[in-house]
Amino acid sequence: MGDHSHGSPEESGTVAKADDVAQDRFPDPGLPPHRPRLADRDPRAAKRHERQVALLFTISIIGTLFFFVAYFVLGRLGEMTFAELRVQNAALGLGTAFAMLGIGVGIVHWAKTLMPDHELVEQRHEISSEKDRQDAVDIIDTVIEETGIKRRPLIRNTLIGAIALAPIPAIFMFRDLDRTGKTAHQMIEQMRHTLWDTGVRLTRDPSGTPIKASDVQLGSAFHVIPEGLENAENMLNEKAKAVVLLMRMDPQEMNISEGREDWHVDGIVAYSKICTHVGCPIALYEQHTHHLLCPCHQSTFDLANECKVIFGPAGHALPQLPITVDADGYLVAQSDFHEPVGPSYWERG
Amino acid sequence: MKALSKKRRHPLAAVALLLFGLLVTGSLYTAAGSISEAKAADTTSASVTDVEEGQKLFVANCATCHGMSAEGTADGPSLIGVGAAAVDFQVGTGRMPMQMQGPQAQAKPVQFDDEQISQLSAYVASLGAGPAIPGEDVLDTTQGDAAQGGTIFRVNCAMCHNAAAGGGALTRGKFAPTLAGVSEKHIYEAMATGPQNMPVFNDSNITPDDKRDVITFLKTIEANGSAGGAALGNLGPVAEGLFVWTAGLGIIIAFTIWLTSRPS
Amino acid sequence: MATTNEYTPSTTTGRLANFVDSRVGASGMVKEFGRKIFPDHWSFMFGEVALYTFVLLLLSGTFLTFFFDPSMTHITYNGSYVPLKGIGMSAAMASTMDISFDVRGGLFMRQVHHWSALLFVASLSVHMLRVFFTGAFRRPRELNWVVGGVLLIMGLAAGFTGYSLPDDLLSGNGLRIIDGVMKALPIVGTYLSMFFFGGEFPGVHVIPRLYSLHIMIVPAVIILLLVIHLFMVVTHKHTQYPGPGRTNDNVVGFPVGPVYAAKAGGFFFIVFGIVAFISGLFQINPIWNYGPYDPSPVSAGTQPDWYIGFVDGALRLMPGYLGNFSFEWIIPFPWGDNTLVLSVLLPALVPAGVLFMVMFAWPWIERWVTKDNREHHLLDRPRNAPFRTAMGAAGVVFYCVMWAAASSDLIATHFHVALNDVTYWLRILFFLGPIFAFWITRRICLSLQRKDREIVLHGREAGIIQMSPEGGFSEKHEEVDVYKRFLLTSYNDNKYIPAQPDAAGHVSGSEKRRAALSKFFFEDRVAPVTPSELEAAHAAHGHHEVEGEKQDSIEK
Repeated sequence: MGDHSHGSPEESGTVAKADDVAQDRFPDPGLPPHRPRLADRDPRAAKRHERQVALLFTISIIGTLFFFVAYFVLGRLGEMTFAELRVQNAALGLGTAFAMLGIGVGIVHWAKTLMPDHELVEQRHEISSEKDRQDAVDIIDTVIEETGIKRRPLIRNTLIGAIALAPIPAIFMFRDLDRTGKTAHQMIEQMRHTLWDTGVRLTRDPSGTPIKASDVQLGSAFHVIPEGLENAENMLNEKAKAVVLLMRMDPQEMNISEGREDWHVDGIVAYSKICTHVGCPIALYEQHTHHLLCPCHQSTFDLANECKVIFGPAGHALPQLPITVDADGYLVAQSDFHEPVGPSYWERG
Repeated sequence: MKALSKKRRHPLAAVALLLFGLLVTGSLYTAAGSISEAKAADTTSASVTDVEEGQKLFVANCATCHGMSAEGTADGPSLIGVGAAAVDFQVGTGRMPMQMQGPQAQAKPVQFDDEQISQLSAYVASLGAGPAIPGEDVLDTTQGDAAQGGTIFRVNCAMCHNAAAGGGALTRGKFAPTLAGVSEKHIYEAMATGPQNMPVFNDSNITPDDKRDVITFLKTIEANGSAGGAALGNLGPVAEGLFVWTAGLGIIIAFTIWLTSRPS
Repeated sequence: MATTNEYTPSTTTGRLANFVDSRVGASGMVKEFGRKIFPDHWSFMFGEVALYTFVLLLLSGTFLTFFFDPSMTHITYNGSYVPLKGIGMSAAMASTMDISFDVRGGLFMRQVHHWSALLFVASLSVHMLRVFFTGAFRRPRELNWVVGGVLLIMGLAAGFTGYSLPDDLLSGNGLRIIDGVMKALPIVGTYLSMFFFGGEFPGVHVIPRLYSLHIMIVPAVIILLLVIHLFMVVTHKHTQYPGPGRTNDNVVGFPVGPVYAAKAGGFFFIVFGIVAFISGLFQINPIWNYGPYDPSPVSAGTQPDWYIGFVDGALRLMPGYLGNFSFEWIIPFPWGDNTLVLSVLLPALVPAGVLFMVMFAWPWIERWVTKDNREHHLLDRPRNAPFRTAMGAAGVVFYCVMWAAASSDLIATHFHVALNDVTYWLRILFFLGPIFAFWITRRICLSLQRKDREIVLHGREAGIIQMSPEGGFSEKHEEVDVYKRFLLTSYNDNKYIPAQPDAAGHVSGSEKRRAALSKFFFEDRVAPVTPSELEAAHAAHGHHEVEGEKQDSIEK
């Protein structure tokens, strides 16, 4: 209510002055009187503190010695059991901890009990005086004036141009961070394709053995890689795109959209294992609810509905791999995925 | 090889292949069947009486949900064809009989003694062919390969059970339990039967030898414990962060208060 | 060139000092710093914790570089750890395994490094919270606040680049998430990812690149900023809490030599000791459990280190669909369809961006609203700046909701609730939590200020029950001493400043907005007790008539 006195037009934009807050305040009584410590009054107490500090430093010495025991006696090169390793690690840690805490606590105890504990007062000074600031501005003005940059716009403008351009090569230098040597178009094309192709067998991860349709019983889940993955160039890159989860459910319970009727083999379906959110492997399959869950951000996909997103942050369904059986009864891909696998990106479309 | 690939195109090749395939699957099936029969025989000594006893136990304890002849009801699935392993796992870990309906059956103190469990298993196994209780040879961790088992575990199990087998969350209140302290037999049976929402890992997906490797891996890391001190539940960065914010900063604040306090 | 009146030292210390000073001119520094006064308070120590854990990071990190091989060459592990023997992995992972199992004390050093890193960012954060809640960022320290904020970001960068180096399953999946987030950036995202990974994910280039950043550029920038930060601390002198004898023009505390130097120096050893203790007894990042990176497996509970958790949590909270509305937009352009991945972009960039922008801009926002451009060397007790404390609490809750979301799966399993429900609740809290936090915190601050008024006006409750001659019971109140009274009444009391017209008599739009904010922040306030109020209270003989007095002083 008393605030309105600040509101005059003359004072607009200015800040409250220190003195108008200071009125009607309690006066500063100054620092409270100093209370001497036990050690200040009693020399025996001081002596006791001295012994305590020395004891703490001795503990530190013992800690360091203990470290050497831990290093040479408890530790050895070669195979150690976990129990031995745990004991050695704990001993190294405790040795170091006592060595360090002994010094630290000792010094602080010394400072607290034996060094003077009178609080001192130091005055603050202005960071820099008005005059210094004015002098500095004058110097800078003089320097600018002597360069003549204001009078010679041709020099100034070409310099600005040169400086603006000069860093650009440094940015372009990083073009070859991409070590593939391919054009952007080729790379984006490559992202759309995986090792899956017509007739490529589905094999177990990591053994690489092919899977028969009859092996896949209701409720089971196979982690699948394409046949020949281990011989692929850039094996991990290919694996990062091609991993597939193979499951079997009752075909009656599946809602199959048009065009995908023959993508499964008697209820055996294959879906990309790479989450369409940010790419974690979605491998948590619940056989009764038919849910697939990503352990990283909990996107949940419904296998009965062609892996549509039913919960969590993922933005689109998991790509399905069309499969069939070959003449030997092994599961094979009909083709590559019909859309890019993994997280969405600008060029995905 | 040349000759073989030429003959591949022969009109009778498909028939021959079909016959060969049938022969192989047939003989494998009989072999597998006789193995499981043999196992059933040596885990259950007096088969006929066991089945009868098991049926009595079943009717008294399980039929409310699973139906009088295990055909299933709205409250519980059919048990025909789930095999002895499923019963041994579910009853042997105390998951069955369930205390109440819920997102998933929880492990709790076992309700039956070993003999009763084997009688129940024998009864359910008699209803239809299914995975049998594993024999000692596939549970013997001295013969397993922990490194191989670890690789299989990471691909097939770690996403739900956590890489250090500490357990993890599933959707809508379900969860994958920790595997620490679970017996070799129950781990094997869980893989073979796929209890609750866990997928089934049948012998063609993870072979009995591979299952033994997985068990060996789990028992190895369980026996090893943690190398660097307390494992903080093997829960990863969340537990570590929580520890730093509570214990770590707590100790530091205690020291700062001592350091800036005035002694008497 | 000896002069005739050269200073001749008489003690050993003097001779040594003379030798050094006549060559490097150190006496000026000793004169400046030797007895410089630093105020002493436990909450001022977190910056030191950050500095010391950074030193520990440099020491343990250097040790680790001697053994670590930042290469993604595929090799077969043949070290001591049996459950990974014969398994293929990158050289980076294998050398980290060797550090853990085949270098004596290597596991200990790894744990020291990692625990220090977690503690480094934690102490940086607590230090910044202390600076914020006490108002230490106000003029002349605004720039140092900004430098501190950049240091925090660099701390996150250092942590993130280091987290990925062992190339184990956990960090590999972390990189995969980064790849996904990068690719979500419109137009440039795909190229950024290709440049970062040297082609397609994961490639064989990213670990050496992260290593260069982790051990060279990032620490160099941290050291540079640290020097600037400390230089400014010295220039400004330290702030101090308000209290008797402490003014805006002085510093009360202990001189650097010997007390402060001893305490600060000793504290380094204490921090080292604490980190060594934790590293000896508590395991961190057991990469052998996770195994080597492979794009197919993943572990339950895949999370980043705590300081990246809030971004990961935001990613988890974002729904991909609202009903049938997808946050993944396919935009038809003449040249074809492009995808705008809002379901990743929004959570990855917006919350963190808002948090950091408000944080950096806060000194100027506060100055604009309060019109207070004075130099402040005296801190505010948080209760005496209810608006700021409430804003800070809102920010902390906003952060913590996202942070909690990053462990939604563990919350679900440990508290036996459904994972989906945890997410739904946290989504609601994401919007309502900060509002509740603001409101509750401000109320708590105002109540505490009222309690301070009560104490000054009525004295402290002595815990002695008196019976009056009439038989009524009442508690005896002891009057507070002058020092305590000064502490409780000497705060900087911000008032609502209505919109003011400028020189031309016009009230600008921005001034109106400022006034609205000022009203929002300062409408409810509790003024400090004035001597005249105290006199009135004494006149009323400590009875409860002071209630009437309060109506005037608590402005609405």
